[in-house]
Amino acid sequence: MTLPESKADASDVRTIALVSAGRHVVSGRSDRAREDARAVEMGLKLAGDALTLVHAGDPEEPTLVECLRGYLGMYHGFDMARGFDMARGVDMVERRGSGGGCGRLDLLSMAPSDDAVPMLAEWLEAHEAKLVLTGQRAECGEGSGLLPYLLAERLGWAVVTGVAAIESVDGEAVTLLQALPQGQRRRLTVTLPCLVAVDAVAPAPRQSAFGPARRGRVDVVEIGQPAPDADRAAWQFMPARARPKRLKVVKSANARDRFKAAAAKSEASGGRVLSDLTADQAAEKLIEYLRRENLLRQEKISAAEGDQ
Amino acid sequence: MSVRRIDPHAERIRRNRLHPRHREFARPAWRWTSAEGVTRINPHALGAIGPNGIKRLDRSGASVEASIAGGGQASTEPARRQITLEVPSGYIMVVPELAEGRLSDHDRDLLGLARQLAGDTDLAVTAVTFLSDVAGLEEAGADRRLDLANLVDAETYDPESRLAALVAAERELVPSHWIFADDFPGGGDLGRRLAARLTSDGVQEARPATRVWQVADGRSLSRAGDRQDIQRDVPKILIALAECADPVSETRHEARPMTLEADNAAIEITAGIVDRGRVAVDPQQIPLAQAPFILSAGRGVADWAGFHHAADVLGASEGASRVAVDDGNMPRARQVGATGTFVAASCYIAVGISGAVQHLQGITRCQRVIAINRDPTCDMVKRADLAIIADGDAVLAAVCQQLGRPTPVPAATEERCHDAA
Repeated sequence: MTLPESKADASDVRTIALVSAGRHVVSGRSDRAREDARAVEMGLKLAGDALTLVHAGDPEEPTLVECLRGYLGMYHGFDMARGFDMARGVDMVERRGSGGGCGRLDLLSMAPSDDAVPMLAEWLEAHEAKLVLTGQRAECGEGSGLLPYLLAERLGWAVVTGVAAIESVDGEAVTLLQALPQGQRRRLTVTLPCLVAVDAVAPAPRQSAFGPARRGRVDVVEIGQPAPDADRAAWQFMPARARPKRLKVVKSANARDRFKAAAAKSEASGGRVLSDLTADQAAEKLIEYLRRENLLRQEKISAAEGDQ
Repeated sequence: MSVRRIDPHAERIRRNRLHPRHREFARPAWRWTSAEGVTRINPHALGAIGPNGIKRLDRSGASVEASIAGGGQASTEPARRQITLEVPSGYIMVVPELAEGRLSDHDRDLLGLARQLAGDTDLAVTAVTFLSDVAGLEEAGADRRLDLANLVDAETYDPESRLAALVAAERELVPSHWIFADDFPGGGDLGRRLAARLTSDGVQEARPATRVWQVADGRSLSRAGDRQDIQRDVPKILIALAECADPVSETRHEARPMTLEADNAAIEITAGIVDRGRVAVDPQQIPLAQAPFILSAGRGVADWAGFHHAADVLGASEGASRVAVDDGNMPRARQVGATGTFVAASCYIAVGISGAVQHLQGITRCQRVIAINRDPTCDMVKRADLAIIADGDAVLAAVCQQLGRPTPVPAATEERCHDAA
């Protein structure tokens, strides 16, 4: 993993992370959401303690603030970053140290049934956010992963999901890696301001420490007019049911085929068997097969690299 | 039960061996119904000559009927009903993922879901593709196909122009539903973009249901966070998981091509996202469970330096059987099988692996399996799509040779070693 390239104006980009309450996979206790924690980690690497966290929720809820303090507990380990920056230039140290090493979280006050999108949009506009990081999907509540899209549409920003790493940020654009299926990556350049939804394959977040979590500031902010989420009122939430396993149904007219399908062992699927070949002939056949199935991708990449 | 009717004319011809048409009526004569309504069987006509030249009786009758009556019944695939729809009353748009340019199982499920929503109505299930020449849409259940390849570059990631094309389709056809696959960064991304755009355009009920896994009785069930399901009326946009519905199996549809009236100039795009292309990923860094191409070694491999070099030349991730790991030749993290990692590679090359049950369980989700083994009777050869009966080390060395990077002398590769983690 390459460290984000710290250009002179990279720290001028106002970076915000949207966080949500999560739940521990095993114990079920309220905890940091896994993807949101990765987004915060990405933001801390990028902006240091200038990163501001935002959450829209009910401040009266007893466990919520404790849960959000888990993210503030991640504001540590900047000394390492300072030492690293000393080699490059001293001004970075001062900029990174501007927040005094303490985290700050703005809690936009609203009822659980309210719509968070207008409030968040208003807050982001008011604070002139440039780069907004968030997890791809919330772990509690609706968990639809729609919020970045709705926010981006309302603000007129670009939005990218499935981000695995941010390579570099300058005043105009951010270059990042998007995770594709089968472990592949794609490089994208996105103009600022933009929303970045972080995938679960991003680098693991640092631990949440107790001291920074206590020292961090949580400000309850009243902004805009909270409006109830009208669509959601008509829905019915219920405990998740186990999804039924799909049965392998053999639709055949005669009993023979149905019996054969039911009794069949998973054996020879009509594969080709090549025997009595010399090693060279075998290799030729193998390469021919791989080329035909378009699997020798390495050839293309190395050829492309050779051209450059 | 249908009543078995007797054709007296045919009966007479069947009895009269001198009748000019006797042969054609006497053909299926191993079993018939006599005039009294009793089923008669001619044991001499029964059965078929097996591969060893011995007559074999098959009580289910399939092979016998196939050999005598010329196989009408023995076809494994029942004939599909052809359905054509001339004037649709509306549209249900399905945007399949088309990974590698083909319909996946997930895509078939989406089209099956669309068919389920269409039911008996005249709604046309329309497959929206960004590629030309997609095969199999007819069997998958698409009445229409809308090819947007002329508006969108299929190769690059350009969600904004794709979204613009979909919005143009929405304006023109006003479909009753949109169905996407909930995969990032494919249909899940595009579906949410469309939903956000339609919501801001003021389209009613544009809030999508995501992670839909069941639609029944006009209500959709979608997975929410925190071990909850959401039940709601079927919305306009559904972003559905795999196995959300059964794929179409009984009917065949026409997948008639259709075009949009809107011209390209009408679509304006703000280019916020620029695709800089794929990044070369080190195959050894990809988690084994996600790796697309795996070269796996077992007890039959002796030349380990050559094996690592071959993996490097082919651009494959390295896997191993349990034996190779236990012998200390490969790290534990690379073990494939029930006690290691379940892999889902699109191509899996097993070198010198005989195929223990636990190993075969680990590779059930692999699409193509190639076995290189000296033993032609082993289970891996039976499982493989392509089996090469040869010595694995020699074949890998020859592959490296033919790809222009012959295996270096062993001394140079000794520094390569794995953590014994």
